Amino acid sequence: MTEKTALTLSINGHAHAINVEARRTLADAIREDCGQTGTHIGCEHGICGACTVIVNGEPVRSCLMFAVQAEGKKIRTVEGLADGDTLHVMQQAFMDHHGLQCGFCTPGFLMLAVGVLEREPNISDDDLLDVLSSNLCRCTGYQNIIKAVRAAAEQMRGK
Amino acid sequence: MTAPAKFVGRSVPRLEDRPLLLGQGRFAADISFPGQWHMRVVRSPVAHGKLQGINAAAALTLPGVHAVWTRDNVAHIPPIPFRLTGLVELEPYRQPILANDYVRYVGEPVAVVFAADPYIAEDAAELVELNIETLAPVMHASGDTGPFDAERATEPSIIRKSYGDVDAAFNAAHAIVTLELSIGRHSGVPLETRGAIARYDEARDILEMHGAAKVPWWNRDHIAKMIGRSRTNMHLLEGHVGGGFGIRGEIYPEDVLVCAAALHFKKPVKWIEDRREHLIAANHSRQQQHNIRAAIDAAGHILAIDDKFYHDNGAYMRTHAATVPDLAAAMLPGPYRVPAYRVAGHIRLTNKTPCGTYRAPGRYESSFVRERVLDAIAAKVGIDGVEIRRRNLIAKSAMPYDLHLETLGTHIVYDSGDYALLLDKTLERAGWPALQASLKKRRAAGEMVGAGVAMFVEKSGLGPSDTVRVEIKNDGKVEVVTGVASIGQGVETAMAQIAADALGVDYATINVVHGQTDRIDQGAGAFASRVTVMCGEATRLASVKLRGKVLRLAAELMQTDAAALDIINGEIVRRDNTGPSMTLTELAQARPGDLSAEDTFLSSHMVYPYGVHVAAVKIDSDTGGVAIERYVIGYDIGKAVNPRLVESQIAGGLAQGLGGALLEEFVYDDNGEPLSVTFADYLMPTSREVPQMSILITEDAPSPLNPMGLKGAGEGGANPVGAVIAAAIDDALQRPGTIAELPVTPQRLKSILKKTGLR
Repeated sequence: MTEKTALTLSINGHAHAINVEARRTLADAIREDCGQTGTHIGCEHGICGACTVIVNGEPVRSCLMFAVQAEGKKIRTVEGLADGDTLHVMQQAFMDHHGLQCGFCTPGFLMLAVGVLEREPNISDDDLLDVLSSNLCRCTGYQNIIKAVRAAAEQMRGK
Repeated sequence: MTAPAKFVGRSVPRLEDRPLLLGQGRFAADISFPGQWHMRVVRSPVAHGKLQGINAAAALTLPGVHAVWTRDNVAHIPPIPFRLTGLVELEPYRQPILANDYVRYVGEPVAVVFAADPYIAEDAAELVELNIETLAPVMHASGDTGPFDAERATEPSIIRKSYGDVDAAFNAAHAIVTLELSIGRHSGVPLETRGAIARYDEARDILEMHGAAKVPWWNRDHIAKMIGRSRTNMHLLEGHVGGGFGIRGEIYPEDVLVCAAALHFKKPVKWIEDRREHLIAANHSRQQQHNIRAAIDAAGHILAIDDKFYHDNGAYMRTHAATVPDLAAAMLPGPYRVPAYRVAGHIRLTNKTPCGTYRAPGRYESSFVRERVLDAIAAKVGIDGVEIRRRNLIAKSAMPYDLHLETLGTHIVYDSGDYALLLDKTLERAGWPALQASLKKRRAAGEMVGAGVAMFVEKSGLGPSDTVRVEIKNDGKVEVVTGVASIGQGVETAMAQIAADALGVDYATINVVHGQTDRIDQGAGAFASRVTVMCGEATRLASVKLRGKVLRLAAELMQTDAAALDIINGEIVRRDNTGPSMTLTELAQARPGDLSAEDTFLSSHMVYPYGVHVAAVKIDSDTGGVAIERYVIGYDIGKAVNPRLVESQIAGGLAQGLGGALLEEFVYDDNGEPLSVTFADYLMPTSREVPQMSILITEDAPSPLNPMGLKGAGEGGANPVGAVIAAAIDDALQRPGTIAELPVTPQRLKSILKKTGLR
């Protein structure tokens, strides 16, 4: 399993030339080979969603994708959300509504919510709740996350 | 003159958020050092067996593998010591860092592989051959005691507590209520798995371990002792911590192994747990079975309680030793007058993952038991769940109330409380009479809906001491150096609010340091809802002391009396608003190094917040699913430093409590094979299961034991959730006493519905 493949990952608009085994997960490649540790790994079996990133406009579990599958695709991670010092409306809403405590699941929730709302800005409240139920948080009890995402959704629609 | 801004009592934004939102957190897995080795643990695949031999030859031939350690390499390192409630008779049951002659649970560390890369380390771990002679496992904690292995029995100790004449009360009783109740095995399961990274700096002879949490100072002292080092040559460093809940941050075998290996190989050694490992290796909790009797008079007043319980501690006694069963036993009486009480908590060993504390340890369990008893008494006497509680509550006039019991080395004296008032307020918030009427109507229309009430007393603010150092630096920044830890609860914000008020500065200018053993020599850490109470008061004391120093030094420079000066928004001004002023920065530059103060808060008693939970549920008789339609929590915090942080603690605790009430359970088969090893088997609540909730924070009973009146917030959200859900389900079924076992999974509820003929 030690044979490595050279490939380039595009993360937040930057090209990262890396050399990885075929079995290397996208999550590990983003974190270890590209040094973007904002994407967190919580279960490595696709349930908790802490590792959610946006690939070609879709939120995906980066622990369930191999790095080699992401070549040529546009990857967005939490590090690419803010515009300089200005937080993305979703980040600001999480701060305003106290949507985080330990912050470990937060990048996954941010990317999940941003990814879905960019694609489907007029998503119904019930569908939004369904989407959010695909990630796990162990600190907040979710209500403040839901409030934050609803508030950000309104702002994103207004733009 | 403008009044100084006050921050305590306000829901100001958290100081912690920005780096976490930007992806700039520093969690354990984010810490790396050049040339680091990766450690992978080889774990026992069987629940009980004699370890005949370990063959690592194949693993060692794999390119990239540096070494494999087994018991022989760590024979000089003693087993993991007890941090709390360490009874002598439990000592033979402590866990070695690698299995010796026997393996005792699936997941027990047997060997460790060190390799250049975590993927290679995992490959190599699979090549390590274990020769284990399988033995029959002990899988049940109740029933007769027996041998756990060749030398030791399954029951190392019994926790006994009592007061009053229990037998006389039972002899004189109008009636006796008897229940058999059990609580399932579940645990904190933080979203970040455990991790530890050790690095030895030979030039300075310093060993450091990153990934510390909860109790870094105690762990520094004891890991150092275990591996034969001086505590002064060792640092534990806390980064961001992805949830604690009691289970993270205790000394585990892996922490000691990375430290010993970094020292031995003189290489940085990194270990990051995977989720399967976490679910079988990190502390489990909660599993108990209670046989409880209550003696009552004709009106339902409790005359005595007699409880016997079995505490399933798994295969070893870890750092918490007897803490969980001791707390369960000591806190069982709760907010009620119990004139006579006797409890025997049988600590039992089984071939399962060892246990420790989890948010509201012992109380989640005993609140379930006590509140089930109250509901059973209500049914027996023929009154409702609210009235039975009213009749038995300890009155406000009885405060402070000495329970005549001890736990964690302290006497339990409820410091303050108006339990009946909080019950009234919470029922009002829940719209209780209207809720009852509407549920009745819906039940008549065929719906399975019902509501319940549960009450509890929490404990918080465990001493004995906390020390804080506050300094105004030459650049004008304020630093508060604490001996506590942050597990995501907002410590930095709360401590900054307290220091800001005393110093007259903006809380956002304050940097709160926690979890760094190289910054302050002693620290008790973050557990038992102790931080805001103990460290909060120490922060206030040190800040007040520093304020006095600032005003004295400024008075010299400003040629006036200190009493004539005030600090407003970082500026030292004359109270009469005349003459010149100076900023704290200018003073710090004029007196470099002088603007620092340290103080210590001592406390020998805990403080006791209390609460009421009300839940209304709807049962789906087709699926056995329980939907929560309304959830109201009343909680008296004494004084809330930041009400929103308090609410958040409670909301998160509720979610975890619901997990243990309805979903989460570590299940084993008869051979001791764990069946809950992924998040597809171990089901935690999602945003679909956690309801909207209404949280009422009251400050009716400030603690008399600290000047701000503080009590802790960490555990009241979780404490009685199993109890109130059980009561609400009983009510929905209109069958008191139906729920005797947690969690009430859909499968369990369906089988109950079938058995009772309701479906």
